[in-house]
Amino acid sequence: MINEIISMNGYGIYVWSAFSFTLMSFGSLFFVTKLQFLKERRKFVQKFGLLNGEAIKVAKSQKVNQKILEGVLSSKI
Amino acid sequence: MLKSFEPNKIFAITSRAPKYVLFLFIIVLSIGLTEALFLSPEDYKQSHSVRIMYVHVPSAWISLGIFSLIAFLSLVSFIFKNKNFSLISKSLAPSGFLFNIIALVTGAIWGKPTWGTWWAWDARITSMLILALFYSMYLLSWKIFRNEKQATKITSIIAILGVINVPIIKFSVDWWSTLHQTSSVKILSTTSIHISMLIPLAIMTAAFTLFSILIFLMKYNTELIKIKNKGLDRL
Repeated sequence: MINEIISMNGYGIYVWSAFSFTLMSFGSLFFVTKLQFLKERRKFVQKFGLLNGEAIKVAKSQKVNQKILEGVLSSKI
Repeated sequence: MLKSFEPNKIFAITSRAPKYVLFLFIIVLSIGLTEALFLSPEDYKQSHSVRIMYVHVPSAWISLGIFSLIAFLSLVSFIFKNKNFSLISKSLAPSGFLFNIIALVTGAIWGKPTWGTWWAWDARITSMLILALFYSMYLLSWKIFRNEKQATKITSIIAILGVINVPIIKFSVDWWSTLHQTSSVKILSTTSIHISMLIPLAIMTAAFTLFSILIFLMKYNTELIKIKNKGLDRL
């Protein structure tokens, strides 16, 4: 039964390699995109931390900035 | 209407959506893989090699769909000078390119047992390769041109020129005598594929669409944070 699933009448090598390539490509793109996202968000948090009094007020007034910081907090919980 | 596409309004949704899309994608993909690899019947001519169709065909469809969408958004962004549309196009491109590569590679793997060759300079395959070149040029232009206005202009031109290739890909099998078979799934006329194969194909297409939405959302959020990082530099 298992041998049948693996060999697929001699076509197994083609079928399994096509599916493996697809899934590995998905995994690679997902992790690369995730890493890029985390890198940019880390940069944002670092830059935000370096702001002084008035600049913090201006930055905090923007909804997107608040959302990015909220995201950092919720991902740490 | 265009104001509702402002990043500030969209981010509230796009920042939360990826985890739900990922969850849905895993469920739909699991069902799709079970159907495609174990439950769907083998073909009377191609035997089990027909299962490659479940990754090859949705990838080709999605890569064509995404490129058409990129071209449309580029045109809109060009006319209305809306930056967010070019940001959306830029975020769509990586998954479109990946699906294009998957379609080419799985097509080559499928070609060996059915045609006896990995590659042929056939109209359909060659036009898909040209699409991959357009995707590469599009993605590289965003990397090469640091000036945002210049990059938007050049990538829009590439997308608008590249979309001419989309109908060529679609009709290449009808216009020329190709090694590649004609379409089995048709919207306007009778589909020649059996329902037992159509269902897994539809499920895999849904799973691949969810994956491209997931990557788009993650990429869009990254691009938006990049813009906000530049904004912080100016404060």
